[in-house]
Amino acid sequence: MEIDFSQGFQLLFQGRNFARMMLGLWVSVRIALVAMILSIVLGTLVGIAMRSTRSWLRAIMRVYLEFIRIMPPLVLLFLVYFDLTRLSDLNPALPNINLSGETAAIIVFTLWGTAEMGDLVRGSIGSVPRHQYESARALGMSGGEVYRYVVIPQAVRRLVPLTVNLTTRMIKTTSLVSLIGVVEILKVAEQIIDASRFEFPDASLGIYGIVFVIYFIVCYIISSYARHLERKWALA
Amino acid sequence: MRDSIPLYVDAGILTLKIGVVGIVLALLTGLVCAIVQQLRIPVLRQIFGFYIELSRNTPLIVQLVFLYYGLPKAGLTLSSEMCAMVGLAFLGGSYMAEAYRSGFESIEPIQADSARALGMKPVQVMGKVLLPQAFAVAVPALTANVIFLIKEVSVVSVIALPDLVFVAKDQIGSDYNTQESLLLLVSAYLVILLPISLVARALERRVRFATYGD
Repeated sequence: MEIDFSQGFQLLFQGRNFARMMLGLWVSVRIALVAMILSIVLGTLVGIAMRSTRSWLRAIMRVYLEFIRIMPPLVLLFLVYFDLTRLSDLNPALPNINLSGETAAIIVFTLWGTAEMGDLVRGSIGSVPRHQYESARALGMSGGEVYRYVVIPQAVRRLVPLTVNLTTRMIKTTSLVSLIGVVEILKVAEQIIDASRFEFPDASLGIYGIVFVIYFIVCYIISSYARHLERKWALA
Repeated sequence: MRDSIPLYVDAGILTLKIGVVGIVLALLTGLVCAIVQQLRIPVLRQIFGFYIELSRNTPLIVQLVFLYYGLPKAGLTLSSEMCAMVGLAFLGGSYMAEAYRSGFESIEPIQADSARALGMKPVQVMGKVLLPQAFAVAVPALTANVIFLIKEVSVVSVIALPDLVFVAKDQIGSDYNTQESLLLLVSAYLVILLPISLVARALERRVRFATYGD
């Protein structure tokens, strides 16, 4: 077996191919970033709702989290992309919804990220030991001060590395959007291979290999940073 | 709707088949990786460490297209079913390895020392003292990975396997019965994953008593 990546490399540096792949990567990263920012904001609210004393609110959050946890992200993408559009077609009372693949993806990843983020927020608030609240109260701090000076700083230290990690999962999962027609890096790679099928019949090994490596580099950098933060703050 | 249910049943069986074989392979790969890391075997440890990073930081869909469309150009052709199983094992192996590792880390080093002091051979120390305890601690993480991996099977339609997603998309394309297809798709996943997630939770409760301490 002779592994020959050369055709893929030649093709990659022909014309605008490399630039197109990078633009494709940017589409994935852009979806992940927008969804992550929305997820952080909404997830914090969901996380607080999960610790609410109102049991009906906790129950709703539980069902939401379980549903998102059980459904594969690809199925969620299908639901939003095909169904939301269709629903508005059938029911004249609804506004006409015509989602682009990218908007559908952002909606799905925000729903998914908000559930995951909510659970992380719930977990990290819960991980601050009970006696810390009690000691702070005993020192004469008010409820707000306890949160501001004692609970939140400790919760955030646990939360930030987990959030950074969630970002890499988000970027990896956005690779699915090519399946609802968004032209991201994988789709561009496919287009490049198809367009030069006669000139470079063996290019797919190299081109797909390069996509592999690009994903690895992007996610490895982010996940190493998460690990670095975890170590740094574990000692403090 | 009645006509298309058999299609989803067949697709569900395929999804489960790939999932089960892939997960068993992933559990084995992960175990080997974790033991190699735990025993600090030189060279192998670095190789497995690189594999874990590579597998954790790339999406399954990219691994699959590389296996299925890329590797044949290097003379290695696998059937799409084989590709799906190998891909799942490649992805899952690293997640399982991390789960076992957290199990090993929860064991006090003094236990291995004591076992050796009692005259146990390294294999016995691993098999009789470390592994059973590590496994019990790792169960929640392992079951979470099992659920994660079955969900990942939803991606295999990209390498031309008629799984649940493939059938649903096909039905949407041919008959435009979007709602029905999506309803069946969601129900199929609920039927597969709800019982697994309930069993996983029951298992977690059971092993909590098997773990040392708390």
